[in-house]
Amino acid sequence: MMLSAARIVIATAGDVLPIVLFIFGFYVLVIREPLPHFGRIMTGLVFVVMGLGLFLVGLEQALFPLGRLMAEQLTAPEFLGTNPVADAAAYSWEAFIWVYMFAIAIGFSTTIAEPALLAVALKANEVSGGAISVWGLRVAVAIGAAVGVGLGCYRLVSGLPLHYFIMAGYVAVIIQTIWAPKLIIALAYDSGGVTTSTVTVPLITALGLGLAEALPGRNALLDGFGLVAFTCLFPIIAVLGYAQLSAYTASRAKKRKSATASSEELRSVEES
Amino acid sequence: MGSFLSDFWKHAKGSVRDLTPIVLVIGIFQFLIFRQPVSGAVSLAIGAVIVVVGLTFFIYGLELALFPIGETIAHALARKGSAAMVLTFAFLLGFGTTMAEPSLTAIAKEASNVAASAAAIPDTEESRKNYALGLRLTVALSVGIALVLGVLRIIFGWSLPVMIITGYVLVILVTAVAPDDIVGIAYDSGGVTTSTVTVPLVTALGIGLASSLRDRNPMTDGFGLIAFASLTPMVFVMIYGGVIQWI
Repeated sequence: MMLSAARIVIATAGDVLPIVLFIFGFYVLVIREPLPHFGRIMTGLVFVVMGLGLFLVGLEQALFPLGRLMAEQLTAPEFLGTNPVADAAAYSWEAFIWVYMFAIAIGFSTTIAEPALLAVALKANEVSGGAISVWGLRVAVAIGAAVGVGLGCYRLVSGLPLHYFIMAGYVAVIIQTIWAPKLIIALAYDSGGVTTSTVTVPLITALGLGLAEALPGRNALLDGFGLVAFTCLFPIIAVLGYAQLSAYTASRAKKRKSATASSEELRSVEES
Repeated sequence: MGSFLSDFWKHAKGSVRDLTPIVLVIGIFQFLIFRQPVSGAVSLAIGAVIVVVGLTFFIYGLELALFPIGETIAHALARKGSAAMVLTFAFLLGFGTTMAEPSLTAIAKEASNVAASAAAIPDTEESRKNYALGLRLTVALSVGIALVLGVLRIIFGWSLPVMIITGYVLVILVTAVAPDDIVGIAYDSGGVTTSTVTVPLVTALGIGLASSLRDRNPMTDGFGLIAFASLTPMVFVMIYGGVIQWI
């Protein structure tokens, strides 16, 4: 176990090292200035490599095997009661109820644990001067991801073409963009890409491949793809929706406040 | 040292909270549906502790290194005032980090198996390897171009929604002509390109650039680079799949 742990940390260092070398090289050769806070940055980089490495070691030891096993068991034909030679359309959606529940739950919980999303949420909170709350953004994105993974599994079961769903999602994003507060739009578009990272991708890929394998008439290699795309798209809709909702409640509260204020003014005028 | 420890403890508590949902989901499903006790509970608990420690270190390093690097570079480049330099940096960063991305390597390998089983390429070890490498180069190129487009947008203040919606239209148009078996892989490749190390760097680059340019707002102009990076690979990979099939 120690050996495999060391191997994962070394592999992570190998992934991060080229990026670091490139950035330092660029700084020295092109910008030609000493990098400020060099010592602090080096300490930070060691933390990043160690942290990401340990994070992956722990996930590989605890959560991934269990999550993958669960995805396999939930989609096993014996569990679903499906027959691999029959037609998938013959089964009602209730046969897959546990798959959908698991998809939604795992979509939400892996997104909350995603370090890249936390990074963006921290930055957004800082840049917006606290107007965007770290937890509000993360929960909105996680709800979007949950809906995305759930719908993605439904698509796999129903066998409908992937691009129908993606196009419908695009139309929703375009319509929402027209009315959404300008401040949130760029962040909302970004939130799609940051959702699918270290924690989410391995688990939902296992779910997709398992489901495609268990379903009659589906090719695991062809139909198992597509869940990541769903998980990327729906957070955009969720974050835009969250911003619209909070803008709407804020404007209503403001209206009510100004309404009571003006009626009070009226009363004081009448009294005098 | 004392403040470091109390800081660390605060971050660690945050990490525990972040991981609680996933542990709950797996635990509840294990008990409710499979009705079996979790085997190897000790090793699971050790794993969970390692995850928490790792996440805590990562968040620490994020604030010490990844954010400052991205922003320092953005400020330095803006000070030099050379757009060509900024664009070169953006392209190389996008191209380089994507080529080094492990989850892309994994998905490219899967995709080469799909292509071989769909008879789009000859079913030999070598042709599959070439196909996977070609796919990785395609995605890396598209992420490089995405960051260049995104940086140009920040510099010139172009409208993000107009650019992204144009991208959506392109995706739909290319989907109509692309071979069916590449569509799923192409759509997924958009999501896997942006990794845990790249996201903070790219975000800090955008925000640093927007905050050091006059008339640019870090909130509305600084974000958006990741959005480009997850959109362009979809278009490029479908074109790649089409070209491979037609020739």
